[in-house]
Amino acid sequence: MLDKIGIAKRIAKEVKDGYYVNLGIGIPTLVANYVRDDIQVEFQSENGVLGMGPFPYEGEEDADLINAGKQTITTLPGASFFDSSLSFSMIRGKHVHLTILGAMEVSEKGDIANWKIPGKMVKGMGGAMDLVASAENIIVAMMHTNKEGESKLLKQCSLPLTGVGCVKKIVSNLAVIEVTDKGFKLLERAPGVQVEDIIKATEGTLIVEGDIPEMIL
Amino acid sequence: MINKKVNNVKEAMQGVESGMTLMLGGFGLCGIPENAIKALVEMNVNGLTCISNNAGVDDFGLGMLLQKRQIKKMISSYVGENDEFERQMLNGELDVELVPQGTLVERCRAAQSGFPAFFTPAGYGTEVAEGKETREFNGKMYVLEKAFEADFSFVKAWKGDEAGNLIFKGTARNFNPAMCGSAKITVAEVEELLPAGSLDPNQIHIPGIFIQRIFQGNNYEKRIEQRTVRKRD
Repeated sequence: MLDKIGIAKRIAKEVKDGYYVNLGIGIPTLVANYVRDDIQVEFQSENGVLGMGPFPYEGEEDADLINAGKQTITTLPGASFFDSSLSFSMIRGKHVHLTILGAMEVSEKGDIANWKIPGKMVKGMGGAMDLVASAENIIVAMMHTNKEGESKLLKQCSLPLTGVGCVKKIVSNLAVIEVTDKGFKLLERAPGVQVEDIIKATEGTLIVEGDIPEMIL
Repeated sequence: MINKKVNNVKEAMQGVESGMTLMLGGFGLCGIPENAIKALVEMNVNGLTCISNNAGVDDFGLGMLLQKRQIKKMISSYVGENDEFERQMLNGELDVELVPQGTLVERCRAAQSGFPAFFTPAGYGTEVAEGKETREFNGKMYVLEKAFEADFSFVKAWKGDEAGNLIFKGTARNFNPAMCGSAKITVAEVEELLPAGSLDPNQIHIPGIFIQRIFQGNNYEKRIEQRTVRKRD
């Protein structure tokens, strides 16, 4: 089974040379730490920066330089700043190649819910609805089940949706899964995890074909 | 040169009244119009509708207006990190319209640019699209979203000149440019106000035509919401 860092490491392998990538809050933010350093990649943060670098050294924080999670950051050579409108032009206009974000629920049709629990939690969707409605390639980083052990990969989402039919791939603590026309398709197992464990933890339709390899991190 | 300079925040706030719709720049606490927000608290205007990406934290930014119950309605994309906000909203004391971030900024920009409405894919198939016109273009579905109508817009820039030209710094730019000229009156506060001719025209982010009043801001706190650092090796 993977921990959060393991999920981030596996997703980092999906980041290809020449990609502009938007990372969501939480596990997705960690992905930047594990991308191969022999490829050219730029990270976009929707509050208005391309070419985002690591967190600053202590004492070098700049209140005017944050990411969309409101964390202090740095920039790398080649970075640029822009306003929110141009930032979402990059996103809606499909100039950003890959979006990695978290989810509370994903359905076998690729619907995603990650912004609201009615009556309980209302933080807002931020840029997530714009991102999922436009990105060509969306990878979800998530735990396969919730704290009660219930599946988060469902036939149908129960929470208010963020977007419909948009998720292409899921990397969870148990598996790598592709979202196809016929449902979730199991691609890889996490180290030490059996196919039966994944079937048990997946409420939606899970397609298992042939031998399922263990993922390489 | 058309001089937009006013002497202080008090002059800049002339005409702001209870019940108005206000736009306020910033992302989190980054690039917020600190001086204008403090003035709104002191003026004690209430029943306000505020268009702003976030709602501040409990004791800073728009959170200060929430504490005093001066806000009737918030139009935002992300409102976490503010307990008082969540409490007022869940109790039904505060009206809240949550808008996808890209749609929020584009509704400001549409007002700035003279577009009454626009189609966006964001929110299609979700509760955000409920009651709104949808249309198919090239096989994909889009939602019709309308331009905002606001009385005042408060923005914050790094440098400005008396002609109202603005330059922003880092990610403090965010929503501020799209809110310039998007309300009946735009008030800009700057960290450094210079005489006309001091700024290189090549470097201007927002031309003064979009600004009605500009003033030298004071005592910027520039609070950091999430101080994240790494250790030196």
